[in-house]
Amino acid sequence: MSNAPSNDVILRLDNVTRVHGTDGTAVRALAGVSLDVRAGELVAVMGPSGSGKSTLLNLAGGLDAATSGQVIIEGQSIGTLKGDALAKLRRRRVGFVFQDFNLIPSLTAVENVALPLELDGQRVGKARRRAIDALSMVGVQDLADRYPDKMSGGQQQRVAIARALVGDRRLVLADEPTGALDSHTGEGVLRVLRERCDAGAAGLLVTHEARHAAWADRVVFLRDGVVVDSTGTPDTAEALLEPTA
Amino acid sequence: MSVKQGLLALLATEPMYGARLRAEFESRTGGTWPLNVGQVYTTLARLERDGLVEAIGEDAEGRISYRLTRTGRAEVAMWWASPVTRETTPRDELVIKLALAVTVDGVDVNRVVQTQRTATLRHLQDLTRLKQRATTHHEAAADGDGQVDLAWLLVLENLIYAGEAEVRWLDHVEARLVREANRPRKSADGIPTTVQDGTTDSATRMVSNALKGGTR
Ligand SMILES: Nc1ncnc2c1ncn2[C@@H]1O[C@H](COP(=O)(O)OP(=O)(O)O)[C@@H](O)[C@H]1O
Ligand SMILES: [Mg+2]
Repeated sequence: MSNAPSNDVILRLDNVTRVHGTDGTAVRALAGVSLDVRAGELVAVMGPSGSGKSTLLNLAGGLDAATSGQVIIEGQSIGTLKGDALAKLRRRRVGFVFQDFNLIPSLTAVENVALPLELDGQRVGKARRRAIDALSMVGVQDLADRYPDKMSGGQQQRVAIARALVGDRRLVLADEPTGALDSHTGEGVLRVLRERCDAGAAGLLVTHEARHAAWADRVVFLRDGVVVDSTGTPDTAEALLEPTA
Repeated sequence: MSVKQGLLALLATEPMYGARLRAEFESRTGGTWPLNVGQVYTTLARLERDGLVEAIGEDAEGRISYRLTRTGRAEVAMWWASPVTRETTPRDELVIKLALAVTVDGVDVNRVVQTQRTATLRHLQDLTRLKQRATTHHEAAADGDGQVDLAWLLVLENLIYAGEAEVRWLDHVEARLVREANRPRKSADGIPTTVQDGTTDSATRMVSNALKGGTR
């Protein structure tokens, strides 16, 4: 795999390893994982608990640093960025969606979505307009002035997706985003995520439900920090035959 | 499920001739159970012999339409009112394959599990794309078409849930194999035995779990 991503690769993990702790207590959460996510693509990550899914997602979003290997977001290797520059890249380029939505309870939907833009120095009026646009994209513009505790779980998760995609951010990272939702509502959230990817975003979705992973273009299986398979790489019978001596 | 029950249920809506029955059956089940015309005609002949349907003459093109008899209508009512039974032993190739995989030397069971899971996920991806398309179509459709779309959606969702259940079962098998590999084994007389002996009862358990409904 070359180090120079082609134009539409939004996220590249190149031989990424993450070891937590040192020596005797060291846990290798991720071991030599390589993965590309392109614009327009939704990639799902599946694997048993403890296989490294959240570690992968956190590394992909610059919330955690690789022990070795590179994480490249839109052509920029984030390991070389200093604190401020990394925080800025994260604010401008990456959106996170978590299982528990993570909306700020004292802010309305539109204020929650506008917050990352304001933190990034945009004027309030402009940030608000862009936040409304983002809410419209996920179909909840009518809830703009509502507080999170007056919304259903599915509505809150749509707002969280709007927040993840507001502005120019094209990389959305979702860790079990349907975990707390019933099956119909969970599916609505995936539909929105799928639509945003079809419209040009790149998505990485961690889920343990096959039914949800199936919305992705590609499913990657992790076990003990290693990618053991992917639906993008069909096995050939040839490869299974033992080499003859 | 039999073709017989399906045809009777369709004839309860209105009398039809064979080719039309086949077309209706297929469009309502999204082609999941393709029938051939011969199958439809032999089934109709049997239903007529058993007094469940009767022919009501030919149309201009010589096609014979059938309608339900009183007994036929009772049979349909009974079918709607009864649960589908699961009495026949499932001869699921996957269950048998895994049971063999854990007992035959030199097979990498984890690889078998992973290969199957990947294939099932790919199948789920196809089904999900079909479902997305069908949902969009359903939302845009006029009434009559909408009902057929809805039937097709229900069939698709059934296949999706079945696929998901299979993946969950495979996850379970994988986790069990890991536990099994880490478990110290003793034989009845207290002398530790080789893992190969132990795999036989894990195969038995796996099959009996499956037969209890684990694969549905
Ligand atoms: N901060 C940490 N310190 C030490 N070990 C960790 C830390 N975070 C994760 N791990 C370990 O790394 C492995 C992978 O964890 P994680 O990525 O959370 O898995 P998953 O999301 O697939 O359940 C686990 O063994 C976990 O215990
Ligand atoms: Mg996790």
